[in-house]
Amino acid sequence: MTTAGLPARIDAYPTRRIAGYGVRPGRPLPFGATPVPGGINFSVHSGPATRAWLVLFAPGGREPLAELEFPQVFRVGGVFAMTVFGLDEENLEYGFRVDGPFDPARGDRFDATAVLTDPYARLISGRDVWGAPPDRDRPCPHRSRLVRDDFDWEDDAPPRIPDEDLIVYELHVRGFTRHPSAGVSAPGTYAGLREKIPYLKELGVNCVELMPVFEFDEHANPRSDPATGRPLCDYWGYSTVGFFAPKAGYAATGHLGMQADEFKTLVKELHAAGIEIVLDVVFNHTAEGNENGPVISFRGLDNATYYMLTPAGEYYNFSGTGNTVNCNHPVVRGFILDCLRHWVAEYHIDGFRFDLAAILDRAPDGTPLANPPLLEQLAHDPVLGHCKLIAEAWDAAGLYEVGTFPSYGRWAEWNGKYRDTVRRFLKGDAGTVGELATRVVGSPDLYTGRGTTASVNFVTAHDGFTLHDLVSYNDKHNEANGEGNADGANDNHSWNCGVEGPTEDPDILRLRMRQMKNAMAILLTSQGVPMLLAGDELARTQHGNNNTYCQDNELSWTDWTLRGTHAELHRFVRRLIAFRRAHPVLRRPCHPGAEVTWHGVRAGEPDWSESGRLLAVTRSSDDEQIYVAMNTHWEFHDLELPSPREGGVWHLVADTAAEHPDDIRVPGDEQPLTVPGRYRIAPRSTVILIARN
Amino acid sequence: MTVAVRSIDRDGVTLVELEGEITSATSAALQQRILPLVGHGRTTIIDLSRVPYISSAGLRTLLLVHRQSLRKGCGVILTGLSEEVRFVMASTGFLKLFDVRGCSPSPGPWREER
Repeated sequence: MTTAGLPARIDAYPTRRIAGYGVRPGRPLPFGATPVPGGINFSVHSGPATRAWLVLFAPGGREPLAELEFPQVFRVGGVFAMTVFGLDEENLEYGFRVDGPFDPARGDRFDATAVLTDPYARLISGRDVWGAPPDRDRPCPHRSRLVRDDFDWEDDAPPRIPDEDLIVYELHVRGFTRHPSAGVSAPGTYAGLREKIPYLKELGVNCVELMPVFEFDEHANPRSDPATGRPLCDYWGYSTVGFFAPKAGYAATGHLGMQADEFKTLVKELHAAGIEIVLDVVFNHTAEGNENGPVISFRGLDNATYYMLTPAGEYYNFSGTGNTVNCNHPVVRGFILDCLRHWVAEYHIDGFRFDLAAILDRAPDGTPLANPPLLEQLAHDPVLGHCKLIAEAWDAAGLYEVGTFPSYGRWAEWNGKYRDTVRRFLKGDAGTVGELATRVVGSPDLYTGRGTTASVNFVTAHDGFTLHDLVSYNDKHNEANGEGNADGANDNHSWNCGVEGPTEDPDILRLRMRQMKNAMAILLTSQGVPMLLAGDELARTQHGNNNTYCQDNELSWTDWTLRGTHAELHRFVRRLIAFRRAHPVLRRPCHPGAEVTWHGVRAGEPDWSESGRLLAVTRSSDDEQIYVAMNTHWEFHDLELPSPREGGVWHLVADTAAEHPDDIRVPGDEQPLTVPGRYRIAPRSTVILIARN
Repeated sequence: MTVAVRSIDRDGVTLVELEGEITSATSAALQQRILPLVGHGRTTIIDLSRVPYISSAGLRTLLLVHRQSLRKGCGVILTGLSEEVRFVMASTGFLKLFDVRGCSPSPGPWREER
């Protein structure tokens, strides 16, 4: 509102000039840079700091335009706040310089020579185009920028899909469309992913879980590929530089600073397609590493508050990456809450998967807390009220909380035990049938009272083998990562089906295909929330590398020519997803009682013995009855089927041992059995039957 | 730095040709000059063939002009988008919010707007 061309607010005028700019005392909240009438309000918290400066840059300019010291009277509590007038918010980069004690033994590591990134920066420049060589000598390499928050969401409606109906698809924004075969106009970007929405819809998944999209530095990897000498990178992006800023290098328009609009457009169109979006967020550590790492933000603002420190002032390393964020400190809790609210309110995000979430329930000295305030706060926050909250319920220091993660009735977990059990069963390990039974009905041993949706079931994820490699390699092959094959997990529970890696042997290839179908069939008929790793439906391979965090190349990128060569698997998975979506009895949120019955070769007689390698389950409701037999034995078995409900006849939906296209049927085309009441199940195969009238 | 604005009324249509980069530095002045030209009971065609770059703020200005015109019951059509401008608008979702036509109107006796 203006009156005769004058701003209508009486605080829209400077009270003094600093370094040539009109300024006035700012508002401490909100933190970060916020446009206000006539100017921009800058606010940054640093309790122990003695002095602070706002450092302004022209976009891309090497040296600062100006440094404006915050007058001491502009300080409110521990917050430095100042409104600066006459700035063009679109043509501005900024940072903070902060002075204070350098006394590592007490936890203080102030460095007034560094220009710090605003922890609340809405945009960050410096890595605008993925992989572009960085100017490592540039003062303040990761500069903060402002963004207009007036995106036109029109009538965007988050799908709010009930947990039990979710089918999650974990993907890497760049890797999903970077391969030349992706056929998109902007490969490797948010815009490119948007062009693949029709593919996601056709596949039938209704939730994408994006690996980290908060700004990070892909160049933060000193290693090279020992075979080629090619520099390696941080491809996955689990070392966050800025928690409020979408990764610019994932935007086709990142070089123009328009990544926020591009990302929001992706979210809007996913929602329009009925697909939710969950972000993989990394609050357990930052890109600053240990005492030898760079000073980017937290370390120079208030090291002892943001990081867990030993009594001697050294960094605890529960994350395995050098530092550990002090998540249950009240200031840090506020920061994390502000961040998540920002992504929900500004970007319409539907949920979060928390990396190494066990760290989120540790006290400042590392002790696990029974009632961690951060987790409770997130569970009850009004803005996050509809969000999916998913914990990777372990950390790198041995705290394993699958089944015991404090949930407050809200948190779900990546069920690592589901993954391990299904893998061991698939490869034919003895003694797995009993645990398999528990896992496929939503792990009631872990989640009693929380229901099946507390369990995010998965067989593969970004971390580890792809599904193709799980059935093609006994051992990891991570030499290209430059760590002598010492990185990555060793307990993969994988089986190569006879030959390590590529083979032309048709029997082995057939078995591998069947094993992939078995894994998908078990996953997609289990109660709980299934999660697929992107590309597994196309038999994507990483050639045995189970830790491609540093591989920005064909090893990681989805090769879309596989749609032609592995159309059989793609079709099978697509139809399985449709089958799951069509049958609520497979998705029930409550752990089962009498409506689930167990079988072995004989109906009603499951073999729980150490040597048992076959398990069948019938799930029944008033309307539906589905029988699934999982045989990991290397022999045929003549199954005696349980009696279907009154008036029903068992029909064949899927048999992973049947030749394509008879491996799976569409609804309505299920075939009555040749011999009613009996089915001959092939070695290492899965059979799905449905009772129809 | 300004964006040149030329306009012509022809057959009940207002053609507006813009020339220059539309950014936060130029968009406020542009908005003031372009708003009086739109929404007078006729369609406005905005020719962008001499606009090499439109920033985030610039796209917002065009959208505001478009919406203002719609409120008056009139249409705004964009033409002459360079490949780069079209790509940026598509990537950021703006393209769908406008009525965009492929070809530029033929040049006529433009009226300079000041």
